[in-house]
Amino acid sequence: MSDQQGLSLEGNAATAAAERAAGTAPERRYRKDRRGGTSWPLTVIMVLLTVSVFFPLYYVVVTALKTPEQLTGAGLGLPDPFAWGNFAEAARLTNYPRAALNTAVVTVLAVALTLVSNSMVAYAISRNMDKPFFKALYYYFVAALFVPFPIIMLPLVKQTSTLGLSNQVGLVLLYVVYGLAFNIFVYVRYLKSIPRELEEAALTDGASVWTTFWRIIFPLLGPMNATVGILTCMWAWNDFLLPLVILGNPESYTLQLVQYVFQGQFSTDYTLAFASYLMAMAPLVIVYIFAQRWVISGVMRGSGK
Amino acid sequence: MSAVRGRHNRTHPTFYWMVVPAVVLFFVLHTLPLLQGVFYSFTNYAGYGEWEFVGINNYLALFRDDRVLDAYLFTFQFAVVATILTNAIALAIAVGLNANIKLRNTLRGVFFLPNVLPMLVVGYVFSYLFASVLPVLGQNFGIEAISSNILGNESLAWVGIVVVAVWQAAAFNIILYLAGLQTIPTEVYEAASIDGAGPWRRFWTMTFPLISPFFTINMVLALKNFLMVFDHIVALTNGGPGNATTSISLLIYRGGFQGGEFAYQTANAVVYLVVIVVLSMFQLRFLQRREVAA
Repeated sequence: MSDQQGLSLEGNAATAAAERAAGTAPERRYRKDRRGGTSWPLTVIMVLLTVSVFFPLYYVVVTALKTPEQLTGAGLGLPDPFAWGNFAEAARLTNYPRAALNTAVVTVLAVALTLVSNSMVAYAISRNMDKPFFKALYYYFVAALFVPFPIIMLPLVKQTSTLGLSNQVGLVLLYVVYGLAFNIFVYVRYLKSIPRELEEAALTDGASVWTTFWRIIFPLLGPMNATVGILTCMWAWNDFLLPLVILGNPESYTLQLVQYVFQGQFSTDYTLAFASYLMAMAPLVIVYIFAQRWVISGVMRGSGK
Repeated sequence: MSAVRGRHNRTHPTFYWMVVPAVVLFFVLHTLPLLQGVFYSFTNYAGYGEWEFVGINNYLALFRDDRVLDAYLFTFQFAVVATILTNAIALAIAVGLNANIKLRNTLRGVFFLPNVLPMLVVGYVFSYLFASVLPVLGQNFGIEAISSNILGNESLAWVGIVVVAVWQAAAFNIILYLAGLQTIPTEVYEAASIDGAGPWRRFWTMTFPLISPFFTINMVLALKNFLMVFDHIVALTNGGPGNATTSISLLIYRGGFQGGEFAYQTANAVVYLVVIVVLSMFQLRFLQRREVAA
Protein backbone atom coordinates (compact mmCIF):
# COMPACT_ATOMS: atom_id res chain seq x y z
CA MET A 1 0.00 0.00 0.00
CA SER A 2 2.78 2.39 0.76
CA ASP A 3 6.46 2.96 0.94
CA GLN A 4 6.22 2.77 4.62
CA GLN A 5 4.94 -0.73 4.60
CA GLY A 6 7.38 -1.40 1.85
CA LEU A 7 10.29 -0.65 4.08
CA SER A 8 9.41 -3.76 6.02
CA LEU A 9 12.74 -5.38 6.55
CA GLU A 10 11.35 -8.81 6.77
CA GLY A 11 12.50 -11.41 9.21
CA ASN A 12 15.99 -12.66 9.60
CA ALA A 13 17.60 -10.75 6.79
CA ALA A 14 16.85 -7.51 8.53
CA THR A 15 18.03 -8.71 11.89
CA ALA A 16 21.21 -10.00 10.36
CA ALA A 17 21.74 -6.71 8.59
CA ALA A 18 21.05 -4.75 11.73
CA GLU A 19 23.45 -6.83 13.74
CA ARG A 20 26.10 -6.54 11.11
CA ALA A 21 25.57 -2.82 11.03
CA ALA A 22 25.73 -2.49 14.78
CA GLY A 23 28.54 -4.93 15.34
CA THR A 24 31.15 -4.31 12.72
CA ALA A 25 30.71 -0.75 11.61
CA PRO A 26 32.24 2.10 13.49
CA GLU A 27 30.47 5.43 12.98
CA ARG A 28 32.00 6.85 9.83
CA ARG A 29 29.94 9.30 7.97
CA TYR A 30 32.73 11.03 6.15
CA ARG A 31 35.47 9.01 4.59
CA LYS A 32 37.19 11.57 2.48
CA ASP A 33 40.61 10.01 2.73
CA ARG A 34 39.68 6.47 1.83
CA ARG A 35 41.58 5.89 -1.35
CA GLY A 36 43.40 9.00 -2.33
CA GLY A 37 41.59 12.18 -3.32
CA THR A 38 38.28 13.15 -4.82
CA SER A 39 37.22 11.30 -7.92
CA TRP A 40 36.34 14.06 -10.35
CA PRO A 41 35.19 11.86 -13.26
CA LEU A 42 32.76 10.08 -10.95
CA THR A 43 31.53 13.40 -9.58
CA VAL A 44 30.78 14.55 -13.12
CA ILE A 45 28.95 11.31 -13.93
CA MET A 46 26.82 11.56 -10.81
CA VAL A 47 25.97 15.19 -11.49
CA LEU A 48 24.96 14.29 -15.05
CA LEU A 49 22.74 11.53 -13.72
CA THR A 50 20.76 14.03 -11.66
CA VAL A 51 19.31 15.20 -14.96
CA SER A 52 17.07 12.14 -14.80
CA VAL A 53 15.61 13.50 -11.57
CA PHE A 54 15.51 17.15 -12.55
CA PHE A 55 14.17 16.83 -16.06
CA PRO A 56 10.59 15.82 -15.13
CA LEU A 57 10.55 18.46 -12.40
CA TYR A 58 11.78 21.15 -14.77
CA TYR A 59 9.05 20.11 -17.13
CA VAL A 60 6.37 20.41 -14.43
CA VAL A 61 7.50 23.91 -13.53
CA VAL A 62 7.73 25.31 -17.05
CA THR A 63 4.44 23.74 -18.12
CA ALA A 64 2.66 25.06 -15.05
CA LEU A 65 3.75 28.57 -16.03
CA LYS A 66 2.65 28.53 -19.66
CA THR A 67 -0.54 29.48 -21.39
CA PRO A 68 -2.17 26.76 -23.50
CA GLU A 69 -1.02 28.60 -26.65
CA GLN A 70 2.62 28.40 -25.58
CA LEU A 71 2.36 24.68 -25.20
CA THR A 72 3.60 23.54 -28.59
CA GLY A 73 5.98 20.87 -29.79
CA ALA A 74 7.97 19.17 -27.07
CA GLY A 75 7.19 22.11 -24.81
CA LEU A 76 10.66 22.26 -23.30
CA GLY A 77 11.22 25.99 -23.70
CA LEU A 78 10.79 28.56 -20.98
CA PRO A 79 7.41 30.24 -20.72
CA ASP A 80 7.19 33.74 -22.11
CA PRO A 81 5.47 35.51 -20.49
CA PHE A 82 4.98 33.60 -17.25
CA ALA A 83 1.34 32.69 -16.73
CA TRP A 84 1.22 33.10 -12.96
CA GLY A 85 -2.54 33.14 -13.16
CA ASN A 86 -2.53 29.36 -13.68
CA PHE A 87 -1.92 28.86 -9.99
CA ALA A 88 -4.83 30.97 -8.89
CA GLU A 89 -7.13 29.34 -11.41
CA ALA A 90 -6.02 25.81 -10.51
CA ALA A 91 -6.37 26.61 -6.82
CA ARG A 92 -9.91 27.78 -7.44
CA LEU A 93 -10.89 24.74 -9.51
CA THR A 94 -9.50 22.21 -7.04
CA ASN A 95 -10.45 24.17 -3.95
CA TYR A 96 -6.78 24.01 -3.03
CA PRO A 97 -6.89 25.74 0.37
CA ARG A 98 -9.49 23.28 1.58
CA ALA A 99 -7.67 20.22 0.24
CA ALA A 100 -4.29 21.41 1.50
CA LEU A 101 -5.74 22.01 4.94
CA ASN A 102 -7.38 18.56 4.96
CA THR A 103 -4.12 16.92 3.98
CA ALA A 104 -2.13 18.90 6.52
CA VAL A 105 -4.52 18.09 9.35
CA VAL A 106 -4.61 14.39 8.50
CA THR A 107 -0.82 14.25 8.15
CA VAL A 108 -0.07 16.12 11.36
CA LEU A 109 -2.55 14.11 13.41
CA ALA A 110 -1.39 10.84 11.89
CA VAL A 111 2.24 11.61 12.67
CA ALA A 112 1.55 12.81 16.22
CA LEU A 113 -0.73 9.92 17.12
CA THR A 114 1.57 7.39 15.48
CA LEU A 115 4.59 8.58 17.45
CA VAL A 116 2.74 8.53 20.76
CA SER A 117 0.78 5.31 20.37
CA ASN A 118 3.13 3.14 18.34
CA SER A 119 6.14 3.84 20.54
CA MET A 120 4.06 3.07 23.62
CA VAL A 121 2.85 -0.24 22.24
CA ALA A 122 6.39 -1.12 21.20
CA TYR A 123 7.67 -0.25 24.67
CA ALA A 124 5.12 -2.46 26.39
CA ILE A 125 5.92 -5.29 24.00
CA SER A 126 9.69 -4.99 24.15
CA ARG A 127 9.81 -4.94 27.94
CA ASN A 128 7.56 -8.00 28.21
CA MET A 129 8.88 -10.13 25.39
CA ASP A 130 9.29 -13.00 27.85
CA LYS A 131 5.52 -13.12 28.33
CA PRO A 132 3.62 -15.21 25.79
CA PHE A 133 0.88 -12.57 25.42
CA PHE A 134 3.25 -9.78 24.41
CA LYS A 135 5.40 -12.00 22.28
CA ALA A 136 2.29 -13.13 20.42
CA LEU A 137 1.27 -9.50 19.97
CA TYR A 138 4.64 -8.73 18.44
CA TYR A 139 4.24 -11.41 15.82
CA TYR A 140 0.60 -10.50 15.30
CA PHE A 141 1.51 -6.95 14.34
CA VAL A 142 4.62 -7.77 12.35
CA ALA A 143 2.82 -10.47 10.35
CA ALA A 144 0.57 -7.73 8.98
CA LEU A 145 3.53 -6.57 6.90
CA PHE A 146 2.79 -9.40 4.54
CA VAL A 147 -0.88 -8.65 4.04
CA PRO A 148 -1.44 -6.75 0.80
CA PHE A 149 -3.89 -3.92 1.16
CA PRO A 150 -6.28 -5.02 -1.63
CA ILE A 151 -7.37 -8.03 0.38
CA ILE A 152 -8.77 -5.90 3.20
CA MET A 153 -9.76 -2.99 0.99
CA LEU A 154 -13.28 -4.10 0.07
CA PRO A 155 -14.47 -5.23 3.52
CA LEU A 156 -12.67 -2.29 5.14
CA VAL A 157 -14.76 0.19 3.24
CA LYS A 158 -17.95 -1.44 4.54
CA GLN A 159 -16.47 -1.56 8.00
CA THR A 160 -15.47 2.10 8.15
CA SER A 161 -18.81 3.26 6.82
CA THR A 162 -20.64 1.14 9.41
CA LEU A 163 -18.52 2.70 12.13
CA GLY A 164 -19.03 6.21 10.75
CA LEU A 165 -15.34 6.48 9.90
CA SER A 166 -15.58 7.39 6.21
CA ASN A 167 -13.93 10.70 7.01
CA GLN A 168 -10.69 12.29 8.13
CA VAL A 169 -10.92 10.75 11.58
CA GLY A 170 -11.08 7.32 9.99
CA LEU A 171 -8.19 8.15 7.71
CA VAL A 172 -6.00 9.23 10.64
CA LEU A 173 -6.89 6.09 12.59
CA LEU A 174 -6.00 3.91 9.62
CA TYR A 175 -2.59 5.51 9.19
CA VAL A 176 -1.89 5.09 12.88
CA VAL A 177 -3.07 1.49 13.03
CA TYR A 178 -1.62 0.31 9.72
CA GLY A 179 1.70 1.86 10.62
CA LEU A 180 1.93 -0.45 13.65
CA ALA A 181 3.25 -3.39 11.64
CA PHE A 182 6.40 -1.64 10.52
CA ASN A 183 6.81 0.77 13.41
CA ILE A 184 6.61 -1.91 16.10
CA PHE A 185 9.33 -3.72 14.22
CA VAL A 186 11.75 -0.79 14.22
CA TYR A 187 10.89 0.53 17.67
CA VAL A 188 11.30 -2.86 19.34
CA ARG A 189 14.63 -3.35 17.61
CA TYR A 190 15.76 0.05 18.86
CA LEU A 191 14.40 -0.43 22.38
CA LYS A 192 16.56 -3.52 22.75
CA SER A 193 19.59 -1.27 22.57
CA ILE A 194 18.39 1.00 25.38
CA PRO A 195 19.78 -0.23 28.70
CA ARG A 196 17.15 -0.98 31.27
CA GLU A 197 19.04 0.45 34.25
CA LEU A 198 17.54 3.89 33.80
CA GLU A 199 13.94 2.75 33.88
CA GLU A 200 14.66 0.36 36.70
CA ALA A 201 16.10 3.14 38.79
CA ALA A 202 13.05 5.30 38.12
CA LEU A 203 10.66 2.49 38.94
CA THR A 204 12.52 1.69 42.15
CA ASP A 205 12.23 5.35 43.09
CA GLY A 206 8.49 4.95 42.81
CA ALA A 207 7.81 6.40 39.38
CA SER A 208 4.86 4.78 37.60
CA VAL A 209 5.27 2.94 34.33
CA TRP A 210 3.55 5.86 32.57
CA THR A 211 5.90 8.42 34.02
CA THR A 212 8.87 6.26 33.21
CA PHE A 213 7.74 5.90 29.64
CA TRP A 214 7.09 9.60 29.09
CA ARG A 215 10.00 11.00 31.04
CA ILE A 216 12.70 8.51 30.20
CA ILE A 217 11.91 6.23 27.31
CA PHE A 218 10.09 8.52 24.91
CA PRO A 219 12.88 11.13 24.86
CA LEU A 220 15.45 8.36 24.40
CA LEU A 221 13.52 7.15 21.36
CA GLY A 222 14.27 10.47 19.64
CA PRO A 223 16.15 9.15 16.60
CA MET A 224 13.62 6.39 15.99
CA ASN A 225 10.76 8.85 16.47
CA ALA A 226 12.34 10.95 13.75
CA THR A 227 12.49 7.97 11.40
CA VAL A 228 8.93 6.90 12.07
CA GLY A 229 7.69 10.48 11.89
CA ILE A 230 9.36 11.13 8.52
CA LEU A 231 8.07 7.94 6.95
CA THR A 232 4.55 8.44 8.29
CA CYS A 233 4.55 12.02 7.06
CA MET A 234 5.59 11.08 3.51
CA TRP A 235 3.08 8.26 3.46
CA ALA A 236 0.10 10.23 4.75
CA TRP A 237 0.80 13.28 2.61
CA ASN A 238 1.32 11.41 -0.64
CA ASP A 239 -1.13 8.56 -0.20
CA PHE A 240 -3.83 8.14 -2.79
CA LEU A 241 -5.44 4.74 -2.35
CA LEU A 242 -6.65 5.06 1.26
CA PRO A 243 -8.29 8.47 0.75
CA LEU A 244 -9.77 7.15 -2.50
CA VAL A 245 -11.55 4.25 -0.86
CA ILE A 246 -12.29 5.77 2.56
CA LEU A 247 -13.35 9.37 2.07
CA GLY A 248 -16.97 9.94 1.15
CA ASN A 249 -17.56 13.66 1.31
CA PRO A 250 -15.75 15.80 -1.32
CA GLU A 251 -15.30 18.44 1.36
CA SER A 252 -12.86 16.10 3.09
CA TYR A 253 -10.77 15.23 0.01
CA THR A 254 -7.01 15.33 0.32
CA LEU A 255 -4.61 16.93 -2.15
CA GLN A 256 -3.82 13.71 -4.01
CA LEU A 257 -7.45 12.74 -4.26
CA VAL A 258 -8.30 16.19 -5.60
CA GLN A 259 -5.74 15.71 -8.39
CA TYR A 260 -7.52 12.52 -9.37
CA VAL A 261 -10.95 14.11 -9.45
CA PHE A 262 -9.56 17.20 -11.16
CA GLN A 263 -7.82 15.12 -13.83
CA GLY A 264 -11.11 13.43 -14.61
CA GLN A 265 -13.02 16.66 -14.99
CA PHE A 266 -10.55 19.05 -16.63
CA SER A 267 -8.27 16.75 -18.50
CA THR A 268 -7.87 19.03 -21.49
CA ASP A 269 -6.18 22.03 -19.95
CA TYR A 270 -2.69 20.75 -19.22
CA THR A 271 -1.23 24.01 -18.04
CA LEU A 272 -3.83 24.26 -15.28
CA ALA A 273 -3.38 20.60 -14.43
CA PHE A 274 0.37 21.03 -14.10
CA ALA A 275 -0.06 24.10 -11.92
CA SER A 276 -2.29 21.98 -9.74
CA TYR A 277 0.22 19.09 -9.63
CA LEU A 278 2.97 21.47 -8.70
CA MET A 279 0.94 22.83 -5.83
CA ALA A 280 0.17 19.31 -4.65
CA MET A 281 3.84 18.36 -4.44
CA ALA A 282 5.28 21.69 -3.37
CA PRO A 283 4.64 21.71 0.40
CA LEU A 284 6.44 18.44 1.07
CA VAL A 285 9.23 19.24 -1.38
CA ILE A 286 9.86 22.56 0.33
CA VAL A 287 9.99 20.89 3.73
CA TYR A 288 12.32 18.30 2.25
CA ILE A 289 14.72 20.86 0.82
CA PHE A 290 15.23 22.32 4.27
CA ALA A 291 15.27 19.05 6.20
CA GLN A 292 17.03 16.97 3.56
CA ARG A 293 19.97 15.59 5.54
CA TRP A 294 17.75 14.88 8.47
CA VAL A 295 15.23 13.01 6.32
CA ILE A 296 17.89 10.89 4.64
CA SER A 297 19.63 9.96 7.87
CA GLY A 298 16.23 9.11 9.33
CA VAL A 299 15.42 6.75 6.49
CA MET A 300 18.86 5.18 6.67
CA ARG A 301 18.42 4.59 10.38
CA GLY A 302 15.14 2.80 9.72
CA SER A 303 16.89 0.46 7.35
CA GLY A 304 19.11 -1.02 9.99
CA LYS A 305 21.99 1.38 10.35
CA MET B 1 15.94 -9.77 37.85
CA SER B 2 14.68 -6.75 36.10
CA ALA B 3 12.28 -4.56 37.98
CA VAL B 4 10.57 -3.62 34.76
CA ARG B 5 9.79 -7.21 34.00
CA GLY B 6 7.78 -7.16 37.19
CA ARG B 7 8.97 -7.01 40.74
CA HIS B 8 6.95 -10.10 41.48
CA ASN B 9 7.56 -11.62 38.08
CA ARG B 10 4.19 -10.28 36.97
CA THR B 11 3.44 -7.90 34.18
CA HIS B 12 2.64 -4.48 35.48
CA PRO B 13 -1.04 -3.80 34.61
CA THR B 14 -0.09 -0.51 32.99
CA PHE B 15 1.61 -2.42 30.19
CA TYR B 16 -1.73 -3.95 29.28
CA TRP B 17 -3.34 -0.50 29.16
CA MET B 18 -0.58 0.59 26.82
CA VAL B 19 -1.36 -2.05 24.23
CA VAL B 20 -5.07 -2.76 24.57
CA PRO B 21 -6.47 0.26 22.66
CA ALA B 22 -4.08 -0.34 19.77
CA VAL B 23 -4.82 -4.05 19.67
CA VAL B 24 -8.57 -3.44 19.62
CA LEU B 25 -8.31 -0.86 16.84
CA PHE B 26 -5.94 -3.00 14.85
CA PHE B 27 -8.25 -5.96 15.19
CA VAL B 28 -11.31 -3.98 14.14
CA LEU B 29 -9.69 -2.17 11.22
CA HIS B 30 -7.29 -4.79 9.91
CA THR B 31 -7.90 -8.33 11.14
CA LEU B 32 -11.68 -8.18 11.02
CA PRO B 33 -11.80 -6.95 7.40
CA LEU B 34 -9.26 -9.63 6.55
CA LEU B 35 -11.44 -12.34 8.09
CA GLN B 36 -14.55 -10.88 6.47
CA GLY B 37 -12.78 -10.93 3.15
CA VAL B 38 -11.94 -14.60 3.51
CA PHE B 39 -15.52 -15.25 4.60
CA TYR B 40 -17.12 -13.36 1.71
CA SER B 41 -14.86 -15.13 -0.76
CA PHE B 42 -17.03 -18.21 -0.22
CA THR B 43 -20.26 -16.34 -0.99
CA ASN B 44 -21.79 -14.61 -3.98
CA TYR B 45 -22.09 -11.26 -2.20
CA ALA B 46 -22.18 -8.32 -4.61
CA GLY B 47 -21.38 -5.70 -1.99
CA TYR B 48 -25.06 -5.05 -1.29
CA GLY B 49 -28.27 -7.05 -0.94
CA GLU B 50 -28.76 -10.76 -0.41
CA TRP B 51 -26.04 -13.37 -0.56
CA GLU B 52 -25.56 -17.09 -0.11
CA PHE B 53 -22.68 -19.50 0.18
CA VAL B 54 -21.20 -20.76 -3.05
CA GLY B 55 -18.34 -22.82 -1.65
CA ILE B 56 -15.17 -22.61 -3.68
CA ASN B 57 -16.93 -21.59 -6.87
CA ASN B 58 -15.35 -18.14 -6.85
CA TYR B 59 -11.92 -19.72 -6.67
CA LEU B 60 -12.65 -22.14 -9.46
CA ALA B 61 -13.98 -19.34 -11.63
CA LEU B 62 -10.82 -17.30 -11.07
CA PHE B 63 -8.71 -19.86 -12.85
CA ARG B 64 -10.95 -19.75 -15.88
CA ASP B 65 -11.17 -15.98 -16.05
CA ASP B 66 -8.96 -14.50 -18.74
CA ARG B 67 -9.12 -11.04 -17.18
CA VAL B 68 -7.70 -12.44 -13.95
CA LEU B 69 -5.02 -14.50 -15.66
CA ASP B 70 -4.00 -11.55 -17.82
CA ALA B 71 -3.81 -9.32 -14.75
CA TYR B 72 -1.52 -11.81 -12.97
CA LEU B 73 0.63 -12.16 -16.06
CA PHE B 74 0.95 -8.42 -16.52
CA THR B 75 1.61 -7.79 -12.82
CA PHE B 76 4.34 -10.43 -12.62
CA GLN B 77 6.03 -9.34 -15.79
CA PHE B 78 5.98 -5.76 -14.62
CA ALA B 79 7.09 -6.58 -11.07
CA VAL B 80 10.01 -8.79 -12.07
CA VAL B 81 11.40 -6.35 -14.61
CA ALA B 82 10.89 -3.35 -12.32
CA THR B 83 12.47 -5.16 -9.34
CA ILE B 84 15.60 -6.07 -11.27
CA LEU B 85 15.98 -2.64 -12.87
CA THR B 86 15.32 -0.77 -9.63
CA ASN B 87 17.91 -2.76 -7.74
CA ALA B 88 20.56 -2.61 -10.46
CA ILE B 89 20.17 1.13 -10.90
CA ALA B 90 19.86 1.88 -7.20
CA LEU B 91 22.94 -0.16 -6.35
CA ALA B 92 25.01 1.50 -9.07
CA ILE B 93 24.01 4.98 -7.96
CA ALA B 94 24.52 4.11 -4.30
CA VAL B 95 28.05 2.89 -5.02
CA GLY B 96 28.70 6.14 -6.86
CA LEU B 97 27.34 8.18 -3.98
CA ASN B 98 29.47 6.26 -1.50
CA ALA B 99 32.70 6.99 -3.34
CA ASN B 100 34.98 9.97 -2.90
CA ILE B 101 33.04 12.53 -4.84
CA LYS B 102 32.30 16.18 -4.37
CA LEU B 103 28.80 17.39 -3.42
CA ARG B 104 28.09 14.00 -1.90
CA ASN B 105 25.37 15.13 0.50
CA THR B 106 23.69 17.36 -2.05
CA LEU B 107 23.64 14.55 -4.58
CA ARG B 108 22.12 12.17 -2.04
CA GLY B 109 19.45 14.75 -1.44
CA VAL B 110 18.72 15.02 -5.14
CA PHE B 111 18.52 11.29 -5.77
CA PHE B 112 16.11 10.79 -2.88
CA LEU B 113 13.83 13.56 -4.11
CA PRO B 114 11.52 11.38 -6.28
CA ASN B 115 10.51 9.50 -3.16
CA VAL B 116 9.11 12.68 -1.64
CA LEU B 117 6.75 13.17 -4.58
CA PRO B 118 3.25 11.70 -4.72
CA MET B 119 3.08 8.74 -7.10
CA LEU B 120 -0.21 9.76 -8.64
CA VAL B 121 1.05 13.18 -9.68
CA VAL B 122 4.37 11.75 -10.86
CA GLY B 123 2.33 9.39 -13.01
CA TYR B 124 0.29 12.21 -14.53
CA VAL B 125 3.42 14.16 -15.35
CA PHE B 126 5.14 11.21 -16.98
CA SER B 127 2.01 10.28 -18.87
CA TYR B 128 2.14 13.73 -20.47
CA LEU B 129 5.86 13.35 -21.15
CA PHE B 130 5.17 10.07 -22.92
CA ALA B 131 2.30 11.56 -24.86
CA SER B 132 3.81 14.88 -25.92
CA VAL B 133 7.55 15.17 -25.43
CA LEU B 134 8.90 11.74 -26.36
CA PRO B 135 7.01 11.45 -29.67
CA VAL B 136 8.32 14.85 -30.78
CA LEU B 137 11.86 13.80 -29.90
CA GLY B 138 11.30 10.43 -31.54
CA GLN B 139 10.14 12.02 -34.77
CA ASN B 140 12.97 14.56 -34.79
CA PHE B 141 15.64 11.93 -34.24
CA GLY B 142 13.89 9.28 -36.31
CA ILE B 143 13.45 6.82 -33.46
CA GLU B 144 10.48 4.72 -34.49
CA ALA B 145 9.75 3.13 -31.11
CA ILE B 146 8.92 6.37 -29.34
CA SER B 147 7.51 8.45 -32.17
CA SER B 148 4.01 7.72 -30.98
CA ASN B 149 2.72 7.57 -27.40
CA ILE B 150 3.95 4.28 -25.98
CA LEU B 151 1.20 4.30 -23.35
CA GLY B 152 -1.33 3.95 -26.14
CA ASN B 153 0.44 0.92 -27.51
CA GLU B 154 -0.85 -2.36 -26.18
CA SER B 155 2.52 -4.11 -26.26
CA LEU B 156 4.63 -1.17 -25.05
CA ALA B 157 2.48 0.49 -22.40
CA TRP B 158 3.96 -1.66 -19.64
CA VAL B 159 7.43 -0.30 -20.46
CA GLY B 160 6.21 3.19 -19.68
CA ILE B 161 4.89 2.04 -16.33
CA VAL B 162 8.19 0.32 -15.57
CA VAL B 163 10.10 3.53 -16.32
CA VAL B 164 7.98 5.58 -13.93
CA ALA B 165 7.93 2.92 -11.21
CA VAL B 166 11.69 2.51 -11.35
CA TRP B 167 12.23 6.26 -11.44
CA GLN B 168 10.47 6.62 -8.13
CA ALA B 169 11.34 3.38 -6.35
CA ALA B 170 15.07 3.66 -7.07
CA ALA B 171 15.20 6.78 -4.88
CA PHE B 172 14.28 4.82 -1.80
CA ASN B 173 16.45 1.83 -2.65
CA ILE B 174 19.48 4.06 -3.20
CA ILE B 175 19.22 5.26 0.38
CA LEU B 176 18.85 1.73 1.72
CA TYR B 177 21.88 0.56 -0.27
CA LEU B 178 23.84 3.56 0.98
CA ALA B 179 22.99 2.53 4.52
CA GLY B 180 24.35 -0.90 3.67
CA LEU B 181 27.50 0.42 2.05
CA GLN B 182 28.29 2.47 5.12
CA THR B 183 28.44 -0.65 7.25
CA ILE B 184 31.51 -1.83 5.35
CA PRO B 185 34.67 -1.10 7.31
CA THR B 186 37.28 0.99 5.47
CA GLU B 187 40.00 -1.49 6.35
CA VAL B 188 38.52 -4.04 3.98
CA TYR B 189 39.19 -1.72 1.05
CA GLU B 190 42.64 -0.81 2.27
CA ALA B 191 43.58 -4.47 2.33
CA ALA B 192 42.19 -4.93 -1.15
CA SER B 193 44.05 -1.90 -2.50
CA ILE B 194 47.29 -3.35 -1.18
CA ASP B 195 46.48 -6.63 -2.89
CA GLY B 196 46.02 -4.69 -6.10
CA ALA B 197 42.36 -5.56 -6.74
CA GLY B 198 40.69 -3.34 -9.34
CA PRO B 199 37.40 -1.54 -8.70
CA TRP B 200 35.28 -4.10 -10.55
CA ARG B 201 36.85 -6.99 -8.71
CA ARG B 202 36.62 -5.13 -5.41
CA PHE B 203 32.90 -4.67 -5.96
CA TRP B 204 32.10 -8.29 -6.76
CA THR B 205 34.37 -9.97 -4.24
CA MET B 206 33.89 -7.61 -1.30
CA THR B 207 31.31 -4.87 -1.54
CA PHE B 208 28.52 -6.99 -2.91
CA PRO B 209 28.89 -9.94 -0.52
CA LEU B 210 29.17 -7.56 2.42
CA ILE B 211 25.94 -5.78 1.62
CA SER B 212 24.05 -8.91 0.60
CA PRO B 213 21.61 -8.64 3.54
CA PHE B 214 20.58 -5.27 2.13
CA PHE B 215 20.32 -6.76 -1.33
CA THR B 216 17.95 -9.41 0.03
CA ILE B 217 15.80 -6.82 1.79
CA ASN B 218 15.63 -4.54 -1.22
CA MET B 219 14.77 -7.33 -3.63
CA VAL B 220 12.01 -8.70 -1.40
CA LEU B 221 10.41 -5.37 -0.64
CA ALA B 222 10.70 -4.11 -4.21
CA LEU B 223 8.98 -7.19 -5.59
CA LYS B 224 6.28 -7.04 -2.93
CA ASN B 225 5.62 -3.35 -3.58
CA PHE B 226 5.59 -3.74 -7.34
CA LEU B 227 3.17 -6.64 -7.13
CA MET B 228 0.76 -4.22 -5.47
CA VAL B 229 1.15 -1.57 -8.17
CA PHE B 230 -1.88 0.70 -8.26
CA ASP B 231 -1.30 4.48 -8.26
CA HIS B 232 1.12 4.32 -11.17
CA ILE B 233 -1.38 2.57 -13.34
CA VAL B 234 -4.33 4.73 -12.42
CA ALA B 235 -2.30 7.77 -13.40
CA LEU B 236 -0.59 6.42 -16.50
CA THR B 237 -2.93 4.11 -18.39
CA ASN B 238 -5.91 3.40 -16.17
CA GLY B 239 -5.40 -0.24 -17.05
CA GLY B 240 -5.48 0.20 -20.79
CA PRO B 241 -5.19 0.15 -23.69
CA GLY B 242 -7.77 -2.59 -23.58
CA ASN B 243 -6.83 -4.49 -20.44
CA ALA B 244 -3.14 -4.58 -21.29
CA THR B 245 -1.95 -2.91 -18.09
CA THR B 246 -4.65 -3.90 -15.60
CA SER B 247 -2.80 -4.95 -12.45
CA ILE B 248 -4.24 -7.30 -9.85
CA SER B 249 -4.87 -4.43 -7.39
CA LEU B 250 -6.64 -2.40 -10.03
CA LEU B 251 -8.78 -5.37 -11.05
CA ILE B 252 -9.79 -6.01 -7.43
CA TYR B 253 -10.58 -2.33 -6.92
CA ARG B 254 -12.59 -1.98 -10.11
CA GLY B 255 -14.45 -5.27 -9.99
CA GLY B 256 -15.07 -4.99 -6.27
CA PHE B 257 -16.30 -1.41 -6.07
CA GLN B 258 -17.70 -0.76 -9.50
CA GLY B 259 -18.38 -4.14 -11.04
CA GLY B 260 -20.60 -5.72 -8.36
CA GLU B 261 -18.02 -8.50 -7.96
CA PHE B 262 -17.39 -7.98 -4.28
CA ALA B 263 -17.17 -11.64 -3.30
CA TYR B 264 -15.45 -12.73 -6.47
CA GLN B 265 -12.75 -10.09 -6.17
CA THR B 266 -12.22 -10.84 -2.47
CA ALA B 267 -11.52 -14.42 -3.53
CA ASN B 268 -9.07 -12.97 -6.01
CA ALA B 269 -7.52 -10.97 -3.17
CA VAL B 270 -7.17 -14.07 -1.01
CA VAL B 271 -5.31 -15.85 -3.80
CA TYR B 272 -3.22 -12.72 -4.22
CA LEU B 273 -2.34 -12.73 -0.49
CA VAL B 274 -1.23 -16.34 -0.70
CA VAL B 275 0.83 -15.64 -3.81
CA ILE B 276 2.60 -12.67 -2.23
CA VAL B 277 3.35 -14.46 1.04
CA VAL B 278 4.64 -17.56 -0.73
CA LEU B 279 6.75 -15.53 -3.14
CA SER B 280 8.24 -13.37 -0.39
CA MET B 281 9.10 -16.41 1.70
CA PHE B 282 10.61 -18.20 -1.26
CA GLN B 283 12.61 -15.17 -2.29
CA LEU B 284 13.83 -14.60 1.26
CA ARG B 285 14.94 -18.22 1.58
CA PHE B 286 16.65 -18.26 -1.77
CA LEU B 287 18.46 -14.95 -1.33
CA GLN B 288 19.51 -15.75 2.21
CA ARG B 289 21.00 -19.04 1.16
CA ARG B 290 22.99 -17.12 -1.43
CA GLU B 291 24.15 -14.78 1.33
CA VAL B 292 25.59 -17.68 3.29
CA ALA B 293 27.35 -18.99 0.23
CA ALA B 294 28.85 -15.61 -0.59
